Amino acid sequence: MALYREQGVVLRSYKLGETDRILHLFTQGRGKVRAVAKGVRRSGSRFGGRLEPFSHVDVQLYEGRELDVVTQAELITSFASVRGDWVLSACGSAMAEGADRVAQPDERSNGLFLLLLAGLRALSDAPAHPAVVLDAYLLRLASVAGYHPYLEGCASCGAPGAHPVFHIASGGTLCAGCAPPGSQPLASPVRAMLGVLADGDWADLGAGLGATGPDARARRAAGAVAHSFLAYHLGRPLRSWELVPR
Amino acid sequence: MYEGPVQDLITELGRLPGVGPKSAQRLAFHLLSAEPEDARRLARAILEAKERVRFCRRCFNVSEREECRICRDARRDAHVLCVVEEPRDLQAIEKTAEFRGRYHVLGGAISPIDGVGPERLHIRELLARLDAEDITEVVLATNPNIEGEATASFLARQLKAIGVPVSRIASGLPVGGDLEYADEVTLGRAFAGRRTL
Repeated sequence: MALYREQGVVLRSYKLGETDRILHLFTQGRGKVRAVAKGVRRSGSRFGGRLEPFSHVDVQLYEGRELDVVTQAELITSFASVRGDWVLSACGSAMAEGADRVAQPDERSNGLFLLLLAGLRALSDAPAHPAVVLDAYLLRLASVAGYHPYLEGCASCGAPGAHPVFHIASGGTLCAGCAPPGSQPLASPVRAMLGVLADGDWADLGAGLGATGPDARARRAAGAVAHSFLAYHLGRPLRSWELVPR
Repeated sequence: MYEGPVQDLITELGRLPGVGPKSAQRLAFHLLSAEPEDARRLARAILEAKERVRFCRRCFNVSEREECRICRDARRDAHVLCVVEEPRDLQAIEKTAEFRGRYHVLGGAISPIDGVGPERLHIRELLARLDAEDITEVVLATNPNIEGEATASFLARQLKAIGVPVSRIASGLPVGGDLEYADEVTLGRAFAGRRTL
């Protein structure tokens, strides 16, 4: 029985049998781990509320044939405020779903681990615009997964500058000469918003980018582009994203 | 593979939740060795439950009639509603004998990661009951997990906007447990929900 200890974030959980749960954990050292938390649904469980989704935990597990088994769990950050508000919870679920789809077993990714924690921390700060925080996370998740959107020039010919078309399959903006016929140009506030989603500070994103920031329509349109970009590379959309109130 | 009816029975039992192939086989052979009357009684109970049990038109609890036993009971407080996720949660609360109002069963909980949004639950029907039944308090008794908390938060927003007093069942330490083994979230909740003695 090989015991190991890891820091991780609970991405999601499923009921198993009468009192157990299967957890998807994203760990710092071993990538995605699927593990059983035995008895966690009992009211007197020794794990209590430590293994709820979004919890950042220090866990001890032993290796099983198909599923590992959690033997101990200590809470580092609970992110309980994210679970306690349905809008934040929906945003957190979309973050966790995205991480669950990108993460692979035995493939460590410090970038993804830090991004997930930064996203959850930004949500736990009770942002005025949680959906903007989510959309920034999704665009950055695509970057961490190896699909960084090229917004600084034309993704095809390399011509520098702000170009009118965002072409998902090409991986970024395209100049008028390279854009396929019939491409829908992005309004300039939407293009600007995409840049902010890719590089903006988490606190500014949560605050809605101030009084002079993009309007609600530009925020929504940029969010839809960010989600479509990630969904294209993941092969299908995120179920949680559709349910996030905007 | 077994022959005909034995294999059919194992296959059908194996479709039940939590019953794997080995358990299905064990159950099937138990039934085969049982008295014929025992098997008939089980078959009758399954058929009767499927044919006679429906959902209460008012609260969506399981019922044999149009309205369930609790909705028909005139001694219950008709102005206080307790909202639960499933009929089995209602039964758990009934066992405490602490609540004398009526119930509303949502039929699940909001779970964005599973694609379950508010429109998939009996929330519209709950809002319709508020006016029709002159409800003065709604108690949210969804599970204290991520789905239950999201559902309670969603309902609290909706109900507060309408102006109906809304409360949430307390959560905290289990009776008989030790404080030192309580996790930080549960202990924190127990403190937040402390009451004056």
